[in-house]
Amino acid sequence: MSTEQGVVIAAQGINKIFNPGTDEEVIALQDINLNVESGEFVSLVGPSGCGKSTLMRLVGDLLQPTSGDLLVNGKLPRVARLDRDYGMVFQAATLYDWRSVTKNVQLPLEVMGYTKDERQKRAQEMLEMVELGAFAEHYPWQLSGGMQQRVSIARALAFDPSILLMDEPFGALDEFTRERMNLELLRIWEQTGKTVVFVTHSISEAIFLSNRIVVMSPRPGRITKIVSNDLPYPRDFKTRSDPAYHDLVSEVRELLRDAIGSGSPGGVQAPSRPHEE
Amino acid sequence: MALVNGKDLSLAQRVNRWLRYYSPTIAVAIGVIVLWEVIVVLFDIQQFLLPKPSAIFSEFMLQVNLWLAPDEGSLLFEASGATFWEAFGGFVIGCGGGILMALITSRWTIISEATMPFAIAANSVPIIAFAPIMNNWFGITNPASKMAIVAIIVFFPTMINTVRGLTLVDAGQLELMHSYAAKPSRIMFSLRIPNALPFIFSALRVASALSLIGAVVAEFFGGPRATLGVYITQEAGAFDFAKAWTAILMASLIGIGFYLAVLVLERRLMPWHGSFREAG
Repeated sequence: MSTEQGVVIAAQGINKIFNPGTDEEVIALQDINLNVESGEFVSLVGPSGCGKSTLMRLVGDLLQPTSGDLLVNGKLPRVARLDRDYGMVFQAATLYDWRSVTKNVQLPLEVMGYTKDERQKRAQEMLEMVELGAFAEHYPWQLSGGMQQRVSIARALAFDPSILLMDEPFGALDEFTRERMNLELLRIWEQTGKTVVFVTHSISEAIFLSNRIVVMSPRPGRITKIVSNDLPYPRDFKTRSDPAYHDLVSEVRELLRDAIGSGSPGGVQAPSRPHEE
Repeated sequence: MALVNGKDLSLAQRVNRWLRYYSPTIAVAIGVIVLWEVIVVLFDIQQFLLPKPSAIFSEFMLQVNLWLAPDEGSLLFEASGATFWEAFGGFVIGCGGGILMALITSRWTIISEATMPFAIAANSVPIIAFAPIMNNWFGITNPASKMAIVAIIVFFPTMINTVRGLTLVDAGQLELMHSYAAKPSRIMFSLRIPNALPFIFSALRVASALSLIGAVVAEFFGGPRATLGVYITQEAGAFDFAKAWTAILMASLIGIGFYLAVLVLERRLMPWHGSFREAG
């Protein structure tokens, strides 16, 4: 396998089959080829069942591919996980209710054996980055959904992993909060230079955020096309009124429509529950 | 954040708030007692069927005076103490054992899956039926015979609830730990045990009531004179119903006290949970 300079995630001929050899056999992913460069922001978009979350979970070693080659930072995903290369953010903030905000951010640092001073210093820095410095001693239930998700991002970045895996992190937020969080995430990304893999249902979100958009189609999950997005950074509210932005939205929407059309019937766009296996 | 938890209020305001919150409860309690007194007097109910609350109360005060007197003793208070220790000892042994067993079995899924059906089945067996057997094993006047019954009664619900709390962990929270490459022991202490605390405490609350019931009912099958169960059967047998009722009153007070103690411990150990409930 060619491990060129700067390639962080290298996937070649990845297949993922759930329950192989049974009646419930599902081909979740078929022949996935994807390279992600260091510092890139790559979004995976597609309808439910297209395997975008599955692909992200393969990268993060929460699932293992049935066949194919997958290397992360030149290592097997399992080794990359044991080396703590991943920061993960899920749709639910998954904060620990019994821990204060700062203790939640310190959780990975505790697991990884940082000293108390380091933990506190690092947690405060991270909380300030997500603009929650004043909420360190609050408990999760005292925060809004958007704030909880910011804590979850601070927690994912606390131990300085090289890759940020985000599975519909803003899917449960309202439109306004979501757009604010998008801006904030871009700022953090530009500040930290992390490689980000971002799973979303939202075409506009994917285009607003990413360098490249991986458009996927369902049954079986495949990559339809990888769309490059050359809109300049830093992006802000004005980006959304740029004609080039709208062209990209139309292009991706068109691709998704074709993708669903070629799949089995009933696959109407905008499913409400993102629940792919 | 403006939290309304009574910390910033003056004493008068707190008392006022407390009264407003509990006044309906107090009114109902007084109403029931007055109604009880009136009905007994009005229908001329015999004292062996239902004594007047005032009669029970004066008998109770008599016992209190005996208890406080320097060289007298109160059998009622002696019995209450003995029964309390039986219940408490059984509670500690049974709940402690249940939690320990849950921690051990949930560490190995196979053991946990093999033992849980038995635990659930055992939980629906009327354990109190073993009281005569325990009397034979440990001796009828040995407190251990009652403690054993209490311990067995509270063991299973505590174990079942704890296993649930340890295993019903949010999938995302668990995946997070995997992404940190956390060791199983770390997952146990930082995720599973805190996650189980609310489950454990709901079991302990049930167990606190069960332990007193278990102790008193086990005493009905025989025990030393100075225990509440024996006291109730003997005084009722001697048609001294006011005395029997004071023992019931004592059992209730101990039970309520026990429950409240568990509640206080719960608030202490899980401040996030208590605050959550207040907010919700």
